[in-house]
Amino acid sequence: MNDEYAGDSSQWAFGTGFEDPLAGVDTTVPPGVDPAELAAYCLMLGDDALIMSQRLSEWCSRAPDLEEDIALANMALDLLGQARLLLTRAAAADPGVVPVLPEGSPVPAEDALAFFRDAEQFRNVRLAEVENGDFAHVVVRLLLFSVARLAVLERLRTSPDQVLAAVAAKGVKEVAYHRDWAGRWFLTLAQGTEESRRRLEAALDALWPYQAELVAPRPGFGVDPATVRDEVDAVLDQVFAVSGVERPDRAPLPGTGGEGAHTGALAALLAEMQVVARAHPSGRW
Amino acid sequence: MSADRREWPLYEVFVRGKRGLNHVHVGSLHAADDAMAVRHARDVYTRRNEGVSIWVVRADAITASSPDEKDPMFAPSGDKVYRHPTFYDIPDNVPHM
Repeated sequence: MNDEYAGDSSQWAFGTGFEDPLAGVDTTVPPGVDPAELAAYCLMLGDDALIMSQRLSEWCSRAPDLEEDIALANMALDLLGQARLLLTRAAAADPGVVPVLPEGSPVPAEDALAFFRDAEQFRNVRLAEVENGDFAHVVVRLLLFSVARLAVLERLRTSPDQVLAAVAAKGVKEVAYHRDWAGRWFLTLAQGTEESRRRLEAALDALWPYQAELVAPRPGFGVDPATVRDEVDAVLDQVFAVSGVERPDRAPLPGTGGEGAHTGALAALLAEMQVVARAHPSGRW
Repeated sequence: MSADRREWPLYEVFVRGKRGLNHVHVGSLHAADDAMAVRHARDVYTRRNEGVSIWVVRADAITASSPDEKDPMFAPSGDKVYRHPTFYDIPDNVPHM
């Protein structure tokens, strides 16, 4: 993503000027940090981004108009970039988390983690994995997801792990835009037509049982999502108030994806996402 | 693509690149209002690191010259070579001339 891809920048009207979010970052695991705990934390954050990215990319060519289609693809790519850095960090901190591939396979660790783990080994929240619905569904899903993720990433910018801190600093800028996008559309659909409001409320009702998991306690290394619960609640309440939408009263789903609890939708998603990589475990891409 | 969809007005988009100079017209898009047009412009026209500033304007707010007037408008300047600074040597390191 750096000079090797940039070529001669003078031939491009807008230049290249690509940035490497990890430039000059100390990649050693800091003293006092358990590498296995760091890896587990990066897997959780990385899997959230990877699975959410996959669901968003399924919107490609299906959005209500061209501009929103590109917006959704942009957000999918932002999250894919975060997933790559986080899975790579997990593998570097604890190589034991990486699935074993045939001798001599050129598949990098981040790909091995993405394509050669089964559903029960993924640590993502279930909000990211449930099947797509209509446009209101993706708006609500992104709002709930990005409000919580932004709050966590903001705190992770001061993580003792320099790589995680750098990934968070990059991610904050991206997810802030995702939250803005989702918040604006939430308000627009809520205050739009009878039909747009009906769809929005249906999506919110369907997805709300998955919301609590985003801020469920997670002891160990890293920012505990439970510590951002009040902030997340305040942001969501503000969006609901401005939009004139009631906070749903539905019980949270028991368990968490971080403990390996998933819906059947994840296995189906992975089957499609992983099939080509698994057919060619020694392939070079 | 319902009838409602077609009512979104057309906007023209201008982006200023990192290396300065002027906002340059880069294309057009549809949006429901000015704020959404800026967001759409960001998503559609600055994905490749092109810009640091965006202007959008409703296409129907632009007054344009007519192709029918091409000759009286532009032909008279075609032979006024003395209006160009072509008799100076420009050093190689002076850009954007």
